[in-house]
Amino acid sequence: MPVKVLMPALSPTMTEGTLAKWHVKEGDTVESGDVIAEIETDKATMEVEAVDEGKIGKILVAEGSEGVAVNEVIALLLEEDEDESALDGADTSAASTSGGDSASASEEKAPQAAEKPAASGGDKPAPAAPVSGGERIKASPLARRIAANEGVELSGVSGSGPRGRIVKRDVEAALSSKPAEKSAASGDAKSADAPAAAAPAASGWNPDLSGLPEYEEIPNSGMRKTIARRLTESKQQVPHFYLTVDCELDNLLATRKQLNEKAGEGVKISVNDFIIRAVSLALKKVPAANSIWTDTATLQCKQQDISVAVAIEGGLITPVVRDAGSKGLAEISTEMKALAGKARDGKLMPEDYQGGTFSVSNLGMFGIKEFSAIINPPQGCILAVGAGEQRAVVKDGALAIATVMSCTLSVDHRAVDGAVGAQFMAEFKKLIEDPLSMLL
Amino acid sequence: MADSNFDVIVIGAGPGGYVTAIRAAQLGLKTAVVEREHLGGICLNWGCIPTKALLRSAEVYRNMHHAKEYGLSCEKPSFDLDAVIQRSRGVSKQLSGGVGHLLKKNKVTVITGEAKFDGPKKIVVEGKDKGTYTAKNYIIATGARARALPGLEADGKVVWDYKKAMTPDKMPKSLVVVGSGAIGIEFASFYHTMGADVTVVEIMPQIMPVEDKDVAGLAQKMMTKDGMKILTEAKVANLKRNADNVVVTVETKDGKKQELTVDRVISAVGVIGNTEGLGLETTKVKIDRNVIGTDEFSATAEPGIYAIGDVAGPPMLAHKAEHEGVICIEKIAGVKGVHPLDPRKIPGCTYCHPQVASVGLTEAKAKEAGYEVKVGKFPFIGNGKAVALGEAEGLVKTVFDAKTGELLGAHMVGAEVTELIQGFVVAMGLETTEEDLMHTVFPHPTLSEMMHESVLDAYGRAIHF
Repeated sequence: MPVKVLMPALSPTMTEGTLAKWHVKEGDTVESGDVIAEIETDKATMEVEAVDEGKIGKILVAEGSEGVAVNEVIALLLEEDEDESALDGADTSAASTSGGDSASASEEKAPQAAEKPAASGGDKPAPAAPVSGGERIKASPLARRIAANEGVELSGVSGSGPRGRIVKRDVEAALSSKPAEKSAASGDAKSADAPAAAAPAASGWNPDLSGLPEYEEIPNSGMRKTIARRLTESKQQVPHFYLTVDCELDNLLATRKQLNEKAGEGVKISVNDFIIRAVSLALKKVPAANSIWTDTATLQCKQQDISVAVAIEGGLITPVVRDAGSKGLAEISTEMKALAGKARDGKLMPEDYQGGTFSVSNLGMFGIKEFSAIINPPQGCILAVGAGEQRAVVKDGALAIATVMSCTLSVDHRAVDGAVGAQFMAEFKKLIEDPLSMLL
Repeated sequence: MADSNFDVIVIGAGPGGYVTAIRAAQLGLKTAVVEREHLGGICLNWGCIPTKALLRSAEVYRNMHHAKEYGLSCEKPSFDLDAVIQRSRGVSKQLSGGVGHLLKKNKVTVITGEAKFDGPKKIVVEGKDKGTYTAKNYIIATGARARALPGLEADGKVVWDYKKAMTPDKMPKSLVVVGSGAIGIEFASFYHTMGADVTVVEIMPQIMPVEDKDVAGLAQKMMTKDGMKILTEAKVANLKRNADNVVVTVETKDGKKQELTVDRVISAVGVIGNTEGLGLETTKVKIDRNVIGTDEFSATAEPGIYAIGDVAGPPMLAHKAEHEGVICIEKIAGVKGVHPLDPRKIPGCTYCHPQVASVGLTEAKAKEAGYEVKVGKFPFIGNGKAVALGEAEGLVKTVFDAKTGELLGAHMVGAEVTELIQGFVVAMGLETTEEDLMHTVFPHPTLSEMMHESVLDAYGRAIHF
């Protein structure tokens, strides 16, 4: 019996992905571990390795296919003693459905990649998967049935029944607010039966587009959809407040210059590296700012894992400098350089970007004076860093010129109060303005 | 009058009106209800309740005739018509008094008299509690009355409306009932059981036209077998009223005419809303053929004036009026999570012999609406309790959406089905699918097991048939 190659789940939250590229074609012989395909998820591009040796019998999902559901059979691998005739009548049903002998048999052969995120979480506890994910969704049996039939994710539907129960009308409302092409198709009663398993949750965003000039339609990538969903959720649900301080940079710039002159080949510490270091040390001093809100508890993280926003083509991603509080500037700098490079090449692994306890977003290089960032859930804080620029300041009652950088902390008030945020910012400012203390 | 200014004035103390008034008072609103005749309205005084009392007498009388089948003896059963009617009137009186007590307990002011709008902001009441009254919100719940077709008008002597039919001076020997809706067929059933020679004339192809074809068909078969005459696709072409009888000319679809000479005729060709005499022309309230136009929350075109129940349109059922009223007042009071009444989830019950009860779409309506359906049917003969009761004729039919498993409708005919239907109403209200119903444990031995079996049958899994 041919071995099913399944669409792997590259992260615990992945439900679908794009089959970006096939590295093999039908008839190719592969060894276990050979890269056979590339999958683009909402976060990054990942390679899929063959888990068995054999011959690619049939490719079932074409290159460039979007919205391929996790566990969908993407190819069939012929084992040594099999030829093409074994493909006839081969079971290509997805393995996602529970029960069923064929499903459980094929699960054993699911690509190793699917296990990677779990493995990486093994050595250190992943910082708080959102608790809401595990909550029971209250919905009527009929609402559940219709949602399952139509591929509507109930987690994205708000309930109007007693005590917020999701009832039929809510699912129907979510269905009718799906994108135009979907509702156009469902105008035909028959096509409404078309498999919609991979359809994403409708966001209900349906603006009036009349009167717009000519435009090019750029399909939303997985990453764009994720950015849209997570940041909408954050801005709608997280009670943000903002704290801004001005930090004088002259000492830091001088220190940086000295350090870089003395550092060996290939090491060039950036202002951002200093900021990451300062943030981690400030978090160590004010651990309450390193907190994550959940419905049942506030999680105060014991390690400073700093997510750093990196702009990449088509969006942004936040690779994580793990345990930055115990890393020196050089180490942070080297690690950050590698992560940024991988991010720009779309090669970040889930363990590179998952988790993170605090985010830093720096738009200083674009000359932005100051801005407020949207919190990156489930984290409690994000620091928005502006440009260092020469400003007139008052020192000892006299005007002076200093290089000043404005930083704004966006805070989830559920997890972190104003005084705690202010304490953190004071510590941060102190470190930035006295960079030698960071070197200790 | 101590007080003439209220948060809410409800006009009409029928089941819609008094329930709305009590709910309004519960919500802390200063409430009055205006009633011109009896608390409890037609339902309690001249409709649902007294007819159920009459039909109960008929049922006991019917059972007396069947005593032998149960190993009992009851020689020459007979009845005292006056006592039967007295019992019925007594039941109404008792319950009407109960409504008065409930309104008092909830501190609802009862204004006795006839209300008339004088512009949209005040009402003038004529009668015992004469005066001008004002409220922030008015809820019209004036109900409905028997429709009078030209030529078929009730005269109280030989042609009766429902009111007269409830209080006959003597038992007619023969009777034509025009119309086989709930009211007509219940009277036909009562008089037939009490020994009159009854002929039902219905213009539609089936009796109880709103019911599912299978259910109405079986009911008709059972009634005909019992000796009632039923003419469908037939109309009354002429009515000749004599001093103590009527010559009814009935014309059937094929154009054939037949003359029936009967003692009395009951006109039961439907009811129409009481929209007249309310001074609504002094407001922006819109009326179309005796129905007040309202939105889904019972608001009329005039801000501050609402209409609920029969006067706001069909289905003209007491329980529809009650719910509509509660939703209306909760919306006015700003209660959260109020949703409009879903007409598909309003059950209907008819207390003829055999009883008929239903909720939701008939099989035909479901198909018409484009559903692909799964239909389950289970006969009374397959149910132990039904056989033990000696009521082995009847049917429980269920209609499901094949795609989603949604229970679209349930239709029943047979003993006690009016008490069974609410099980399906709850199921529909909670949006269960066939799966949940199949997993529900129905107690044995009960008639309700047929509901379970009917669901199983829709999916080819019935056990006992």
